[in-house]
Amino acid sequence: MSATAANPRGARAEATRTRGLRVPRGAAFVLAYLPFLILFGVAPTIYALDLAFTDANGGWVGFHNFVRTYQDFRFLPAFKHILLYTVVWLGALMVFVVGLALLLHGRANRVSSAYRFLFYIPGALAGAAAVVIWLFMLDPTVSPASFLLHHVLGADIFAQSIAPGNLPYIFAMIAFWTGAGAWIVVMYGALNTIPPDLEEAARIDGAGAFTIAFRLKLPLMRKWIAYMLILSFATGTQLFVEPELVQHASFGLVPDTWSANQLAYQIAFRYADFNGAAAIAVDLLALGLVGALIIVTRSGLFRTEDD
Amino acid sequence: MRVPALTLRALILAAFAVFFVAPIVWLILAPTKSDAALVTSSPFSFGSFGNAWRAWHHLDAFSDHIYRRWMTNSLIYSLSATAITLAVSIPAGYGLALGRFPGRKLILSVTLVVMIMPAATLVLPIFLELNALHLIGSMFSVILPFSFFPFGVYLAYIYYSTAIPSELLDAARVDGCGEWSTFRRVALPLAKPVVALVFFFSFVSNWNNFFLPYVVLADSNQYPITVGLSNLLASTPSFNPAVGGGGQSVNIFKPELALATLLAVIPVAIVFLVSQRALVRGMLGGAVKE
Repeated sequence: MSATAANPRGARAEATRTRGLRVPRGAAFVLAYLPFLILFGVAPTIYALDLAFTDANGGWVGFHNFVRTYQDFRFLPAFKHILLYTVVWLGALMVFVVGLALLLHGRANRVSSAYRFLFYIPGALAGAAAVVIWLFMLDPTVSPASFLLHHVLGADIFAQSIAPGNLPYIFAMIAFWTGAGAWIVVMYGALNTIPPDLEEAARIDGAGAFTIAFRLKLPLMRKWIAYMLILSFATGTQLFVEPELVQHASFGLVPDTWSANQLAYQIAFRYADFNGAAAIAVDLLALGLVGALIIVTRSGLFRTEDD
Repeated sequence: MRVPALTLRALILAAFAVFFVAPIVWLILAPTKSDAALVTSSPFSFGSFGNAWRAWHHLDAFSDHIYRRWMTNSLIYSLSATAITLAVSIPAGYGLALGRFPGRKLILSVTLVVMIMPAATLVLPIFLELNALHLIGSMFSVILPFSFFPFGVYLAYIYYSTAIPSELLDAARVDGCGEWSTFRRVALPLAKPVVALVFFFSFVSNWNNFFLPYVVLADSNQYPITVGLSNLLASTPSFNPAVGGGGQSVNIFKPELALATLLAVIPVAIVFLVSQRALVRGMLGGAVKE
């Protein structure tokens, strides 16, 4: 106070700044977005929580719905399936995306960009279309890779290819097929931010291509690898369309409650038990939120301030 | 020592290229063959255009031209939701990036959290909410949830807070522009790259979404193409022998199913090819913290 009083120029600057802060600026631009954020982001979350802790009449039941669904004989298999699938998928992403990005980095630019484009194409076929294509690829009678199906999966007919034990691996492969290309592009971009003189210096010091890749490039990609894994983890636990479609084509071999989301769907719509379904949705939400919070707080990849 | 290492690298890259591309090549060729030829001929051989035409007639005849309706539905849902997303999220990103008002940080944080949460998490609660609002079975039960696209707000926010110098906007204000005209005359014309990005991500994720429409729509005439494909898959004896009459009544066999899949991805493939370059640049521009 005394400082501003002694310095009239400072006082004026202070006054301008305060006035600038007091008038809310730009709020009008956000107004149209708010109803969507509330209706389809915040409210469903709160609604799911409310349902998960109450019964059909709205009475508070504590963790009863969670215990009840946990004791359902299909609960543990469903969560085991999605966790195994997610682990296999994340492992494949980590090894192959990073490996391929490293292989592509340091190639002639035109060759490298052609490969990146080829790897990227299946991204256009996410979801139901990708599943149908892979059902064809897994059918030994029409598949171009029938020799692989025979030797790797021991499958001579379609039903053997999609035997329940194979499914986590098959779904992981489909997810890898559609999504890996985009991540390879991202990793490649991350590698390009490494200053060339750093690599040059390492080479002068006698480091080979292998050493450079593992000692120099890999540590610099660590943040990106973590980002990819955490983001994919959240998505992986939500598996729905893949098992749902395979179940249609499986001659009844694959249960319609193979994944956690399918189980929630069946509980909601076959048994009209929305409280139980909400409890499973909250289980999945908790899994996803933990991942989200880790990204936001730990990696520093998402900014909420402009500095 | 150097030559074998290079050969190994080339082999690995070629093997992965085959893995990524071969299924697509197969899919493009499959509708040109008859169901029997798919089994007997070489997987990558070309049949004839006549076969592809016949497959289209079978597909189109299925359930009274319902395939066309599914494609139209998907276009309507994806395009109208993307239009709303653009109209809502570009101004919102602008306001969050350059505005100063109470609650700004809260909105931003909630947006980030919801954006990273997988969309499927909220499908069942959204169904219940729409049910309470009596919107189930209407096309708005798909379009409105699709229109909420926090990632678009985040992209616009990052773009305005990094790519546009605030001096530029200050200059516009000094020249007497009000808040809205600053946005309309200066900020909006500069937003072209981010509009393209938001359009791409929003359109592709809407087009590919399966879970939400599967849950909220009951009438197969309202299905988007993703749910339609699953319906078709359930109707073909090729994958579902339970279909009565050996499938002769529906005439949907493998070539028809392959054609249906191929046509279903064309809109997204077009968007992909057109925006490939801008996309790769933008994905990194938005993500790399510099």
